Amino acid sequence: MDGDTQWPLWEVFVQGEQAAPHEHVGSVHAVDAESALQNARDVYSRRGSVLSMWVVPSASITASQPEDRGPFFEPGEDKIYRHPQFYKVPRGLKGF
Amino acid sequence: MQQDNSGNSSTDEQRQIDAFEARIAAGETIEPKDWMPDRYRTQLIRMMSQHAHSEIVGMLPEGNWITRAPSLRRKMTLLAKVQDEAGHGLYIYCGTETLGVDRQELVDQLLSGKAKYSSIFNYPTLSWADMGTIGWFVDGAAIVNQTVLAKASYGPYARAMVRICKEENFHKKQGYEIIATLARGTPAQKAMAQDAVNRWWWPSLMMFGPSDTDSPNTAELIRWRVKRKTNDELRQRFVDLTVPQAEAVGLTLPDPDLKLNAETGHWEFGQIDWSEFWAVVKGNGPCNRERLEARRAAHEEGRWVRDAATAYAAKRGGTMPNGATPTSASASAAA
Repeated sequence: MDGDTQWPLWEVFVQGEQAAPHEHVGSVHAVDAESALQNARDVYSRRGSVLSMWVVPSASITASQPEDRGPFFEPGEDKIYRHPQFYKVPRGLKGF
Repeated sequence: MQQDNSGNSSTDEQRQIDAFEARIAAGETIEPKDWMPDRYRTQLIRMMSQHAHSEIVGMLPEGNWITRAPSLRRKMTLLAKVQDEAGHGLYIYCGTETLGVDRQELVDQLLSGKAKYSSIFNYPTLSWADMGTIGWFVDGAAIVNQTVLAKASYGPYARAMVRICKEENFHKKQGYEIIATLARGTPAQKAMAQDAVNRWWWPSLMMFGPSDTDSPNTAELIRWRVKRKTNDELRQRFVDLTVPQAEAVGLTLPDPDLKLNAETGHWEFGQIDWSEFWAVVKGNGPCNRERLEARRAAHEEGRWVRDAATAYAAKRGGTMPNGATPTSASASAAA
């Protein structure tokens, strides 16, 4: 198919309701940002409840790798003193 | 891959396969960047792309009746359903691409006739009642299949199925409403509904694929939790759901062997004509050639839209996200 391209890939994020974060819903192919947003609107909002939509070139996303999961996130895994259960206070008091 | 005398690479690979299968057995979800056996990847690409092609080709039998819908309400709802199918195809193509294949390759496979899609879409839609029957039987069967696939082990496929399942519900109801309306209409309308049911029932049962004994891929796909139920299990579920629905509108299903097994609670049904199934799968159904020609024509006739979009983006001096500038070379090539 001469001259045919599927165009770059864009990831689509949607905010479904008030105060909610934008959530990844899938991707679209588009030649530029404006048509990416329009394509995303056509594909991902047929059931309404979309307050806001982002499209991001897939190439712009930097992601953690599954094989790094251990070392990369480990510093956050074993610091139990970041959780309230680590601390002992007299029982029965309000505000704890 | 380097191989030393002790064959370490193959032991490593076996270890990776064992770890992968342990993840699956533990109910974990596999995501695009996770290690996976080549065969898992190729099986998923095959399954998902066939599913996506089916959605797109599936727009054609119903698209046929949009201009002849009997009322504005029917036209509006049929349009919305067909639009949904386009969207569903796009969800699944995007999910397939996460496995490292380009959508262009998949589109080329469909247009060249190399790729398969669900055999049900190779049947013609001969009357308005076919619109009702398709929503009721074909989407009904798809819902049975897709509800189970929503728990597939591959994340992007499962997530696409969850989205699709939510949207598919009105498809089946829309179809059943058409059939129920015809069935309580004039004798001619009821006869039209019955005729459509008679033509679509057996092909709909064939949608679930060959019987388990003739489905060599199934065991491996179930072990990998890509399939969660066998073809025969899903087919039985569909029959059990649909028989009472036919009774409720006073239509019969064209199977003299259909009878309730009081012990199992399942509706036993007659023999499927598998020669018809294989003929259609191999390209000799009533509409195989017509469907492909329609897709090729749509692709060619839509070329000017793609070219215009590319030219417009170039004209505005935009660069594409990978740093390239869109070219309008294809515009002159198509002239």
